[in-house]
Amino acid sequence: MKKMVMRSRFFVSSFCAISLLGVSSVQAADLTVSVEIPSLTVAEYHTPYVSVWLENEKGESTTLAVWYQLEERGQKSEKGEEWLKDMRQWWRRIGRETDMPVDGVSGATRKPGKHELVFTEGKAPLGKLAKGNYVLLVEAAREVGGRELVKVPFTWPVAGEQSAKGSAELGEIKIIVNP
Amino acid sequence: MNKFLKASLCTALVMCLPLSAQAHRAWLLPSATVLSSDDAWVSVDAAVSNDIFHADHAPMGVDGITITAPDGTSLTPQNSITGKFRSVFDVQLPQKGTYKIALASSGIMATWKTPEGERRMWPGRGEKANPADLEKNIPKDAKELQVSQFSRRMETFVTSGTPDDKVLKATKQGLELVPITHPNDLFAGEAAKFQFLIDGKPAEGVKVTVIPAGMRYRNSQAAIEVQTDKKGELSVTWPQAGMYWLSANYRDDKAKKPATSRSGSYAATFEVLPE
Repeated sequence: MKKMVMRSRFFVSSFCAISLLGVSSVQAADLTVSVEIPSLTVAEYHTPYVSVWLENEKGESTTLAVWYQLEERGQKSEKGEEWLKDMRQWWRRIGRETDMPVDGVSGATRKPGKHELVFTEGKAPLGKLAKGNYVLLVEAAREVGGRELVKVPFTWPVAGEQSAKGSAELGEIKIIVNP
Repeated sequence: MNKFLKASLCTALVMCLPLSAQAHRAWLLPSATVLSSDDAWVSVDAAVSNDIFHADHAPMGVDGITITAPDGTSLTPQNSITGKFRSVFDVQLPQKGTYKIALASSGIMATWKTPEGERRMWPGRGEKANPADLEKNIPKDAKELQVSQFSRRMETFVTSGTPDDKVLKATKQGLELVPITHPNDLFAGEAAKFQFLIDGKPAEGVKVTVIPAGMRYRNSQAAIEVQTDKKGELSVTWPQAGMYWLSANYRDDKAKKPATSRSGSYAATFEVLPE
């Protein structure tokens, strides 16, 4: 069921991308998200696995980004998939029904700092968004570390800046209004 | 007598005691129940002890363990060892989906008194018996004869990738649990619904006890006690994340002749994840 919703979302998004080519007057809106990975003073540090996804009012989910180990000793490897389930809520909502990696979604883990992600409406992985209420969810799981889920509710189209702060594994998660 | 034989005999004895005398609890403890690896394995501990998941009494015999893969085929436990307090075996999960690891048995048991008032039972402790042989094993002069039909089942579930429900279908034999909430989709603070069946029919009034792991580090059992309703259903809300042991007992007099009563015991291990 969830899988079908996701598939149709992908279909809608690609359909939309094509139709947009012919309508130059329509400006596609962007969703800009800032994800802060805090710098931690611990004996053994590994960059966290992070997933970023949206949930609409019906509880349907769309993954925007998943950062995890994609390589082993410089070679592409599926070994890092072993720990995807540690992002428990993402795994439950979407991960376990998705064959990773997914182009435009999967990415390598990132170092501490603020990372800005820009998603364009009508293009994968965001797709077309109906007006309404959404929740942006960011979940981090760190090897020999903790796990945290931060939720940022917002309305589409984005009218004002929205943010929430994690307490351990995530810093500030912010939805930025287009300049 | 070698150690292994001793251990399995001991377990056989424990497993064959009547339900009421079952002071010790038998349990299976999987190392993980939710997996995302392409080459997923779990290691399972199997033991008998008073404190759930603390292996401090006797190992459980794993000869009768059945592992059912998502496509219905059977897998063999790997790297089995039996130690002083627990048995351990590995399960490789080559397919995506839900696996069932179970130990089940059923049979018939007769108890009576001789004319001199001595207690007798058939089959004897640890013996396996064919129900068809019942009649010729009970003397004509047996007094207070009671014949009961019993079933025992112990199981746990693990899922690689997306959970599915092929292995969750009822066998329609003995007392068994049919998950309404998927057993690998349990979260702290959420309610899970299960149904109990006895020989394939809803079992009302099954006494169910749910105990969280970590008994050694608290002062009470912290048991959740529930009974199934008319539809054989019950609901459990998990107070916190962790491993849980669920045990259920049922008895009625709707047995197949020549038995006059039937009983069933069921135990399962579930993992509940944090929100």
